[in-house]
Amino acid sequence: MAHAQGQQHPIGIYLKIWGLLFILSAGSYLVDYLQFHGYLRWSLLILFMLLKAGLIVSFFMHMIWERLALIYAILVPPLLLLVLLGIGAFEADYTFFTRGTFFGPGTAAQAQHR
Amino acid sequence: MASSAESLPLPAGLQGVVADWSSDQRAFKNVPWGKAMMWIFLVSDTFIFSCFLISYMAVRMSTTEPWPNPSEVFALTLWGKKIPLILIAIMTFVLISSSGTMAMAVKFGYEKNKKITFILLLITAALGATFVGMQAFEWTKLIVEEGVRPWSNPMGAAQFGASFFMITGFHGTHVSIGVIFLIIVAIKVLRGDLDHERPGFLTGRKGNYEIVETMGLYWHFVDLVWVFIFAFFYLW
Repeated sequence: MAHAQGQQHPIGIYLKIWGLLFILSAGSYLVDYLQFHGYLRWSLLILFMLLKAGLIVSFFMHMIWERLALIYAILVPPLLLLVLLGIGAFEADYTFFTRGTFFGPGTAAQAQHR
Repeated sequence: MASSAESLPLPAGLQGVVADWSSDQRAFKNVPWGKAMMWIFLVSDTFIFSCFLISYMAVRMSTTEPWPNPSEVFALTLWGKKIPLILIAIMTFVLISSSGTMAMAVKFGYEKNKKITFILLLITAALGATFVGMQAFEWTKLIVEEGVRPWSNPMGAAQFGASFFMITGFHGTHVSIGVIFLIIVAIKVLRGDLDHERPGFLTGRKGNYEIVETMGLYWHFVDLVWVFIFAFFYLW
């Protein structure tokens, strides 16, 4: 039986990634602690989140050392979730709009509630 | 049996992907069977957690009530000072540290250093258990002191409780299961099961140090999910 090779890498790589994850997490926490708001807050949060996720998948889960056949099989299917994300946002927007119309101030439903 | 990877050189780029998949052999070459299956499982788990997070986005976008401010809900009073989100920040650092020790355990496992691998796996399990303990504390505080329920809460939109308990509960379950399996793998390492290729439970396959790497994949995935929960639920 042929033996597949395991992933063996110098310990320094793991320690460096560990340090980077600590810095990025501290950055995310500071965004909240310093009370950043609006687009600055959201873009910083997404940036730190994607960097952290990328570091974990690439180095801790050894993805950058795998063959492309495995990388594509694992990383491409989750992109479908963007469709679900779009549908969810579209539908939620509409629900919010109808709730405003039917339950908002001055509507019949609100008068009945009282 | 010849190694399925050494017969032909791997073409570069996308042609290599096509060559691997169309080789009339196994598609994932040089990858242990258990590791490929763990990856497939993790993809399905990605879909489950994404469904939760996307549902959370939908209810948060569609509610007409104000959403409770997580920065205040999860604040703790330490040394007479109110610090926002401090417990969640500590939990994040604990989980990242457990990922670091797990990655090193995989390395020492392949070097067949039983003692260090065992110690690192135990530290990982201890950090995971610490995380679950802090989560239990957080749940208790929210349920008993703040009066948060899956159907209502005093701070604002009713959907907050349902999203919170579903998402963090499912993640906490993953961490708890991970801790149990970390202890099982640690014992197998210490007993020398992997050196002697003793078959594991539920399988007749010979044990080897690849199971430490497979265990690591699951554990890093739990950390990965927390990255998204931290950003979208606690910080948004």
